[in-house]
Amino acid sequence: MAGLHFEFVSPENVLFSGDVDQVDLPGIEGDLGVLPGHAPMVTTLRPGVVTIIREGRREAVVVVGGFAEMGPAGLMVLADRAEAREDFDLQSLASDIKDAEEDVADCTDDAQRDKLVRRLDQLRALQAALAH
Amino acid sequence: MPSLKDLRNRIAATKATQKITKAMQMVAASKLRRAQATAEAARPYASRMDTVLGNIAASVAALDNAPRLLRGTGSDQRHLLLVCTAERGLCGPFNSAIVRLARERAAALAAEGKEVKFFCVGRKGYDQLRRTFPRQIVEMVDLRSVRALHFEHAEGIAEKIVALFDKSEFDVCTLFFSRFRSVIAQVPTAQQIIPPVFEQKSTDALGGAIYEFEPEAEDILNDLLPRNLAVQIFHALLENAASFYGAQMSAMDNATRNAGDMIRRQTLFYNRTRQAMITKELIEIISGAEAL
Repeated sequence: MAGLHFEFVSPENVLFSGDVDQVDLPGIEGDLGVLPGHAPMVTTLRPGVVTIIREGRREAVVVVGGFAEMGPAGLMVLADRAEAREDFDLQSLASDIKDAEEDVADCTDDAQRDKLVRRLDQLRALQAALAH
Repeated sequence: MPSLKDLRNRIAATKATQKITKAMQMVAASKLRRAQATAEAARPYASRMDTVLGNIAASVAALDNAPRLLRGTGSDQRHLLLVCTAERGLCGPFNSAIVRLARERAAALAAEGKEVKFFCVGRKGYDQLRRTFPRQIVEMVDLRSVRALHFEHAEGIAEKIVALFDKSEFDVCTLFFSRFRSVIAQVPTAQQIIPPVFEQKSTDALGGAIYEFEPEAEDILNDLLPRNLAVQIFHALLENAASFYGAQMSAMDNATRNAGDMIRRQTLFYNRTRQAMITKELIEIISGAEAL
């Protein structure tokens, strides 16, 4: 079976472009693995780890939000911010969490607060996942 | 006739100016390299974003409840021109070229009886537009204190625009910036961002398949459209930055060359004057000696 064409871009640069065997994504409604020939689909991503599997090797990249599109041309991930797992700065994540906590504390609008709380939970989950 | 000292001073002043323009050219060249790299790195993201959104838009276009940001207000009576320029001058026709394009568009729209408003990013464009359209500028964003351009700056601008759109201040928004083609070629460009115009609108590429959305299409689009706006603005700002340094570099290169020409002319004139003075003095001495 032909490989999955995968493009991974962030506003600052192109992180990956080429054929892979499988990509695991942190979708907003749960993790999902994408194999070649996936049905067309669009999903937003929560902060988490994208795993690229290529020739039996796994590569982990941390993304902080973004979205993914599976189309006939392959899989395209547009990340807000992305960094290889070993380069990822836990300090900056900690400060993001702190900002998010302050935002929640300052928020007066209920709907808005729900959104912020969800985002804060996602960031905390990411922190926990990366801690070990 | 100016004295020799005056001439010497004039040459020294021109030389000092030449040194400054030369230094500015070199600074612009080194900044250009970085700005160009960032602008080129941002291009794939912006163009992919456009493609993805185009695909999604094509598959939800049939829906009646498509978000307003995508399908527009249904009218094109009121236009908002988002004019992105630089904060500084000394860059040749860079700012004027963008402003001229915006002004021509505004005149064309006004001739059709449309209402035109301006949103300025960058002080130079604001200063130029303020003269012609003093009452039509609704917002002005100043990025003078910004050292390195980040996505957040673009997000801030996008938020303001979405807020204006939600208040129904305008129907169509067009972005004006300068696309960086090469160091000597910067192309002033107009891009319509609300409602967005996609280059390819075919559902054929999908083979008639419909996207599955997670979460709902509406939620995704509501999240994606403002983000797309920010991405396009960010892209425009980066292109602008690269273009600005390119324009400044060639402008300063010209200035340095002109200063060189001027120094040569002034030196020639200085030497001629000096020679004439010496000759005159000699004549005076000789004729004085002969008179005795």
